[in-house]
Amino acid sequence: MTDERAPTPAPLLQIESLHKYFPVQKGLLRRVVGQVRAVDGVDLELASGETLGLVGESGSGKTTLGRCVVRAQQPTSGAIRLDIEGRDPIDLAVASQSELRTYRQHMSMIFQDPFLSLDPRWTVLDIVSEPLRKLQIVKAGEAEDRVRALIEVVGLEAQHLHRYPHAFSGGQRQRIGIARALATNPKLIVADEPVSALDVSIQAQILNTLKDLQQEFSLTYLFIAHDLSVVEHISDRVAVMYCGRVVESGPTRRLFHQPLHPYTEALLSAVPQPDPDRRSDRIILPGEVANPANPPAGCHFHPRCSYARDICRSEDPPYVNWEEDHGAACHFSTEIELQGV
Amino acid sequence: MTTSGSAPQAGPNTAEALLTVQGLKTWFHTDDGILKAVDGVDFSVPACSTLGLIGESGCGKSVTARSILGIVPRPGRIEAGTITFQSQEQGSVELTAMDPTGREIRSIRGREITMIFQEPMSSLSPVHSIGNQLSETILLHMSVDRREAMERSHELLDRVGIPDPGQRLQEFPHHLSGGMRQRVMIAMALSCRPSLLIADEPTTALDVTVQAQILELIRELQAEHQMAVLFITHDLGVIAETCDHVAVMYLGRIVEAGPVREIFHNPRHPYTIRLMESIPRLGEERSRLNAIAGTVPIPLDPPAICSFLDRCPDQMEGVCDQAMPALVQLHPHHSVRCFLHSQEVEGP
Repeated sequence: MTDERAPTPAPLLQIESLHKYFPVQKGLLRRVVGQVRAVDGVDLELASGETLGLVGESGSGKTTLGRCVVRAQQPTSGAIRLDIEGRDPIDLAVASQSELRTYRQHMSMIFQDPFLSLDPRWTVLDIVSEPLRKLQIVKAGEAEDRVRALIEVVGLEAQHLHRYPHAFSGGQRQRIGIARALATNPKLIVADEPVSALDVSIQAQILNTLKDLQQEFSLTYLFIAHDLSVVEHISDRVAVMYCGRVVESGPTRRLFHQPLHPYTEALLSAVPQPDPDRRSDRIILPGEVANPANPPAGCHFHPRCSYARDICRSEDPPYVNWEEDHGAACHFSTEIELQGV
Repeated sequence: MTTSGSAPQAGPNTAEALLTVQGLKTWFHTDDGILKAVDGVDFSVPACSTLGLIGESGCGKSVTARSILGIVPRPGRIEAGTITFQSQEQGSVELTAMDPTGREIRSIRGREITMIFQEPMSSLSPVHSIGNQLSETILLHMSVDRREAMERSHELLDRVGIPDPGQRLQEFPHHLSGGMRQRVMIAMALSCRPSLLIADEPTTALDVTVQAQILELIRELQAEHQMAVLFITHDLGVIAETCDHVAVMYLGRIVEAGPVREIFHNPRHPYTIRLMESIPRLGEERSRLNAIAGTVPIPLDPPAICSFLDRCPDQMEGVCDQAMPALVQLHPHHSVRCFLHSQEVEGP
């Protein structure tokens, strides 16, 4: 899980002060009356071959961030530098569509709902070979061979090639989605809640497959999920998002054992544990996730935070790296003693 | 092995159980054959206790709940079995014998037995205000006037932790967040002081911090109202946190049942054991999860052999593929349906 990797000098992906605002429009003339700050100044790095888990509740901006990385969404400002070995680094945030096209093969996405993300009128062969055709990576005749190989890599059988998505179970559909994501031999995969729609016994199969594939093809994952136990299991490092910002990030083990942000502590404590003897003294946060269209002043988390003091209501805490690469955005990270798992 | 006449029960075998389900079979007659969604389920829920029904999609846990309330969707039908409920007003009643749309069941459904669902938006009307919907439920089941019903609605919203209840009564469901809608559903379910609440995945669609709030609320209200809860979920964590007893379902049958501590610390059925091993747990380091091979089959005209057979690593050739094991009590509070533990075969 957290085996010590030698830090690579140049990260595969480097996100710097990324912002994505959505305008709130009102009235007949669609006047812009406000901004939803879905992603509000995020800095992150992904080393080649690692898995970064991105955790947060709905509205935290984790999905928007993932979509910005694959440029399914154009960021408002900031930089997303992708550095592929043997190619010039590119800033995905500002790249033109034609520039992007030549880099598309290096990144792909796995979606949450395998029932919605596969076109029901296409066969497995059509679905998995689409990126190859679109990006003209292989010659027409070779596509089927490549798909055949991919299908077996993800644990399906060649006889499935000419079937339609409805003939498959949820877990099998997710495997089709994974095969499609692997088609162009990418370096970076953004996986947005890839197992949350699946049954528990199938979840484990898919998580194991994702880990095996990472080893085999030296993939880098940006793994977006709300389930902390899944994220802990698969990630080398974790970033916790709240209301458009990263409030804490660090190596998985350290972040789960010794959280530095009260929100991380509360999230960990809220997870129901499959152990009847550990029912207990959980922290129940009051209220709901802050609204990114109208975030509270000061620290966005302060209305729900039991440690909040005056300064938290007025001053936005900066993100500070406390130890190596474990940091948090909290005025009192070093003063309060937080419970991990 | 044992030849006891009565079917073993999930949950303590008390005579005065609030709800007793025996031999329940709910089948769906489809063009492709008979889909045996629930195929012989026995359990009981004692008053004021919490029974968790756990299983993956397609195991029949939701159909079981719907069978109790007489709201099985077409083409489903209760084929066999009894569901006995101790009504506060009518005494011991047999729910399967009632007309699903008749007056008798309606005096119990929504009043003495109520249900909350995973997605509250689909159970709330988008065109009526929260206040109208809540007071409607109260007017339907209790002899109060409109003003009293509105007052009671106000109290209920306040009790389930909705801020500014007076304002909320005027609003519509789409004004509320998912967590707040689930609170409204809970208020509605509790409006007539039910003795049994059926909660079908009530927190699955919610964020984890909101889930914690709702679970805590259900626990508090259960103690306050002295009601029993039938908790249906796929989440082992939720079961461990909230339930006294648990019944594990697989493909239309209960495969293991007992007190929650016993089942979590000493699971005996290969499916329960594998299920517990397949989930990642916080604070536990494992490089790989022990996944269960294969997928849950669809119970279309299933053969009378162990339904977990083709996914079971412990299967015994010539035994498990010959007959359906019976649910047998290993000791007073722990029942298992597996030939590894008993040779008893399920009766016809």
